[in-house]
Amino acid sequence: MTKISMTVNDKAVSRDVPDNTLLVEFIRENLRLTGTHVGCDTSQCGACVVHVDGKAIKSCTTLAASVDGATVTTVEGLANGKELHPVQQAFKDNHGLQCGFCTPGMIMSATDMIARYQASGEELTEAAIRHELEGNICRCTGYHNIVKSIQDAAAKMANA
Amino acid sequence: MFDTTYHRAASVADAAETAAKADDAAYLSGGQTLLPTMKQRLASPSDLVDLSQIAEMQGISVAGDTVTIGAGTPHADVAGSTDVQNAIPALAALAGNIGDPAVRARGTLGGSIANNDPAADYPAACLGLNATIVTNTRELAAADFFEGLFETALEEGEIVTAVRFPVPSRAAYAKFPNPASRYAMAGVMVAQTGDGVRVAVTGAGNDGVFRHEAMEAALGTNWSADALADVSTDADDMLSDMHGSAEYRAHLVGVMAKRAVESA
Repeated sequence: MTKISMTVNDKAVSRDVPDNTLLVEFIRENLRLTGTHVGCDTSQCGACVVHVDGKAIKSCTTLAASVDGATVTTVEGLANGKELHPVQQAFKDNHGLQCGFCTPGMIMSATDMIARYQASGEELTEAAIRHELEGNICRCTGYHNIVKSIQDAAAKMANA
Repeated sequence: MFDTTYHRAASVADAAETAAKADDAAYLSGGQTLLPTMKQRLASPSDLVDLSQIAEMQGISVAGDTVTIGAGTPHADVAGSTDVQNAIPALAALAGNIGDPAVRARGTLGGSIANNDPAADYPAACLGLNATIVTNTRELAAADFFEGLFETALEEGEIVTAVRFPVPSRAAYAKFPNPASRYAMAGVMVAQTGDGVRVAVTGAGNDGVFRHEAMEAALGTNWSADALADVSTDADDMLSDMHGSAEYRAHLVGVMAKRAVESA
């Protein structure tokens, strides 16, 4: 067992967990934040994407112990009270989901890519969005409305 | 995943010492290959020694004609480094096409080459650019480091700490990624270096990354895609699996090599 401490969604948390605990297990089973999903458990699908120290990573392929001390944001940490994050709002407005299983990972990847592109000044084109979504699999939508949602959010966040 | 004991190493010396004391230790870096392997119970190290917080293994520096990249540097940092983009754009582009963005945020150069997956991208960069692999005990030319499928010259407990890439006069990498895994079905690094023309192929060979000598000779006399028109790749030396036959990969090597030369 190892004592793991992190800041998750602005809250300091600490738990004793076995050394082989994955970050996604820590988040879902120890912290009971079940917005982060496990789809494939083999690093392909991206339903488990969270932000660790500002970077989007796959929490099913990261040990909790290896990010001890980190600052983590999950999908539950994006909204400001009842006000949705612009990316969440855009997914709602553009029907960017059907069953919704992949959506937490899509939204975490989307917020990360928008932040990276806006920081570098590079244009987040439709082609760039599709390329950036290589690590997120959706089996319902055919991706079109997900891409539209991200374009919409990126435009609104650029003007914000 | 089987039980394991986690250690966070503070320095390279600390990591080597901790690993030596354990029954059956594995070094953990980004974990993008090791953790999936452990989850499938294909690996069950008694101890994991985490290298990812070791400051001396991080970062990128350019001095003269050499780019030195710490083994713990994630792919995303190599891809996004202005220094690498200016000195060896082919290397930055290669790093920017490994896996997907979340994998690139965690996976590291040292982890990739120490694993030496026959379809990984970095081995082609190291061999094609004539890199030097620096470990905690010695330095090795890339040609002496890669020894076949998932095999390297690394001794028990040895740690890759950095890789030094000489800046080529020009280079490019082209890969045909497997549409599902993003690993290379065939990836070819072509480079004009102080050591002559080098062509390194990953993803296709049945013994891991290799230099394509016939292509090197052809490009040495005429640096153009046309020079490769009559150069063949022996299908007997290629991998064959559910994703593509040996003949298919042999053909793909030629196509990728031409694309690389055209974009260099």
